[in-house]
Amino acid sequence: MSARAHSRRAFLARSAAASGGLVIGFSLPGVVRTARAQEAAPPAPKVVPNAFIRIAPDDTVTIFLKHVEMGQGVSTSLPMAVAEELECDWRRVRFEHAPAEIVYAHTAFKIQMTGGSTSTWESFDQLRTAGAMARQMLIAAAADRWKVPAGECRAENGSIVNGSRRLRFGELAAAAASLSAPDTVTLKDPKDWKLLGHATHRLDSAAKITGQAEFGIDVRRPGMVVALVARAPYFGGKARGFRAAKARAVPGVVDVIEIPSGIAVLAENFWAARLGRDALEIDWDPGSIAGHSTEAQLEDYRKRARTVGTIAASKGDVEAALARAAKTVEAEYELPYLAHAMMEPLNCTAEVGPESCEIWTGTQFQTIDQAAAAKIAGLKPEQVQVHTTFLGGGFGRRANPVSDFVSEAVRLAKASARPVKVVWTREDDIRGGYYRPMWVSRLRAGLDPGGRPVAWAHTIVGQSLLAGTPFAGMIKNGIDESSVEGASDSPYLANVADHRVDLHSPALPIPVLWWRSVGHSHTAFVVESFVDELAHAAGKEPLAFRLELLPTGSRHRRALETAAEAFGWGRALPAGHAAGIAVHESFGSAVAQAAEVSVDKGRIRVHRVACGVDCGPVVNPDGVEAQMQSGIVFGLSAALYGQITLRDGRVEQSNFHDYPVLRMLDMPRVEVRIVRSNEKMGGVGEPGTPPIAPAVANAVFALTGTRLRRLPLRLA
Amino acid sequence: MKLEVNGKEHDVSVPPDMPLLWVLRDVLGLVGTKFGCGMAQCGACTVHLDGRALRSCVLPVSSAAGHRITTIEGLDPQGAHAVQRAWAELDVVQCGYCQPGQIMAAAALLREVPRPSDADIDGALSGNICRCGTYQRIRAAVHRAAELSGAGSRP
Repeated sequence: MSARAHSRRAFLARSAAASGGLVIGFSLPGVVRTARAQEAAPPAPKVVPNAFIRIAPDDTVTIFLKHVEMGQGVSTSLPMAVAEELECDWRRVRFEHAPAEIVYAHTAFKIQMTGGSTSTWESFDQLRTAGAMARQMLIAAAADRWKVPAGECRAENGSIVNGSRRLRFGELAAAAASLSAPDTVTLKDPKDWKLLGHATHRLDSAAKITGQAEFGIDVRRPGMVVALVARAPYFGGKARGFRAAKARAVPGVVDVIEIPSGIAVLAENFWAARLGRDALEIDWDPGSIAGHSTEAQLEDYRKRARTVGTIAASKGDVEAALARAAKTVEAEYELPYLAHAMMEPLNCTAEVGPESCEIWTGTQFQTIDQAAAAKIAGLKPEQVQVHTTFLGGGFGRRANPVSDFVSEAVRLAKASARPVKVVWTREDDIRGGYYRPMWVSRLRAGLDPGGRPVAWAHTIVGQSLLAGTPFAGMIKNGIDESSVEGASDSPYLANVADHRVDLHSPALPIPVLWWRSVGHSHTAFVVESFVDELAHAAGKEPLAFRLELLPTGSRHRRALETAAEAFGWGRALPAGHAAGIAVHESFGSAVAQAAEVSVDKGRIRVHRVACGVDCGPVVNPDGVEAQMQSGIVFGLSAALYGQITLRDGRVEQSNFHDYPVLRMLDMPRVEVRIVRSNEKMGGVGEPGTPPIAPAVANAVFALTGTRLRRLPLRLA
Repeated sequence: MKLEVNGKEHDVSVPPDMPLLWVLRDVLGLVGTKFGCGMAQCGACTVHLDGRALRSCVLPVSSAAGHRITTIEGLDPQGAHAVQRAWAELDVVQCGYCQPGQIMAAAALLREVPRPSDADIDGALSGNICRCGTYQRIRAAVHRAAELSGAGSRP
């Protein structure tokens, strides 16, 4: 067995070699349990030494990231959590992506993954505990050296101090590593935090502004070839046959190999592979999607929306309540398929040997990809080493339950017996599926004479993200929660005596996937647009109407009030401008946004956005602000431009010219205010995205009187 | 074919119509310049040719021969160009993939317009897409870079 096959052992050996033998290992109770539950054989050792922290003789502290850095800032926020308790010198803190190892599993999901805006809160206690354990071990080592009680020593900015004596962490690390980890540690009171809660510069800045940061697409291995895959232009389609002679004749082309997902051209470089792929002659069988069009699919969805689907939430008798309501309001909303369009196109590099496999990629799903690679390579998962690079954006696309972009690389590396880097072009990405699903929602509400909603019926139509995947077991009673989140649990329903939310999940060959904010990316638009319609029907001011309906003391109200105050809600705006507002809770955080818009020759312009966020305790306020700005831009791209459509079974868009996204020219001024909050810590990577589309649509209504119920927003 | 990249001469044997981007990345190993779209839509591949920003993904390498090519790796020997310092100071980056292109575009703008207005910035940088939405900080950082680079040279 090769030296690199046993990744944990290899990892620890590598760590030790790199640090001069000074790995601080300790067991974390939760992690040990996880390891035992997941590892069938060999039985997990009693203490799993897991290196979240490595201290080198030069005092450099390296934090291993269990979650991947894809822009959301975990390469700063996770080290902050460790460093706060470790009391190290922040200027000496570095980070590395951890290898694929069950000790790095998500504490809730039990796989190693990054998603659901969970990274910081799920590992917050674990990483602080790790920092505190390491600190105690360093103190114990110093106390031992000085022959004084540990209680008389303290850690301070990278040293252990006793009176006027001082030993640097680097001088103590070797001794500390030989001690056993403490059973219990006491974490700091938040009022004593020096780092957490304070704006902190990103640790990944320097690498990213000099071109030194390595993304998956930058990986180069000796003897490596670059592969482009001609995938079926029809979802579910297959090649009936192909001719490769012209492709093979392109200088630099090394091989042409058929794999389940298409025909791959392997070449010395990307350009040769691309010319080679262009020269392939392939006879495609479109399969069942031949003739499919988005317009026909929409018609079908609209029909389904007129029947009651599987019940996701229900209380009382909604039809009776609608019948006796003083006033009823009905509306239908439509949202298109969306591509993630991360700036770094998908890619993966793989190298397969008889008893080992290595993959280099930016993935949100390390252990899933590791298992997929192992299956293809005919190896055990622990024989597959995953090298996680920076991700040039993820947004959910790099968390694929069937490991599509990793599988291709492993298949080709195995078949060609060379290191292979598979690179997707932008066209491959835009046309490659795994889209945010298309959605149709039909809502009906009844108002009492005072304008308060007393009945609420919401029918949702759209594909399930989980059906047909290895995660299908998460579908309960016919409901994929990710289809209805934000709708079936809407805070507006709490005081509506009679309500029903139901779901149709049609099966289609168009692959769908989580897209930044998942189900909330459609339910926020629908619910917050509809609430605005109800306010109008009730003759009430939109903000006041929401505050009237939302539970007293709720995070939604605080986020709304904060956004409204930052915006100057109610103050006069320039002529030709109007404002809209929306609030939505997702991933444990409530976010409200107010937008100022105008219309210029039929084109919607967003000038200004004020954002209020309640995400509970804040780790890095600067990071929270950045994520709100980021979520708003991502949501605006979808609100104003994004749509994937099919005609004759083929995707119509292909690149940024026909799948436009927000550019500098259209960037509104964004102000973010963070609510001081003692609520449970929530996420920030996604919750900034959902409210912006309804805020803008509501502003357009306020300005023009036209209610736009279809995304992207277009004034006819 | 001879290419001058970051002040160093390289002899490359590649087809003349191969885009400069792929010569930089796959032949010379300068992977700081990024591939995003392949059709001059996103700006991730922005480099300087004789100090002016252009999209290397659509530029045949033969057109770059005989010109000074500068990539993100060669913008400043210490990685401390005013634009880079401003980017660090304001924590502009998120995923970071588009940032080499953004930085090269911003550096070229400042060379031509040392004190750009917001409209100048919008004009010069709207060809550079950022999916993480760092635009607001980019705008602020370009202004900051103008201050930083003006500090020493102005009376």
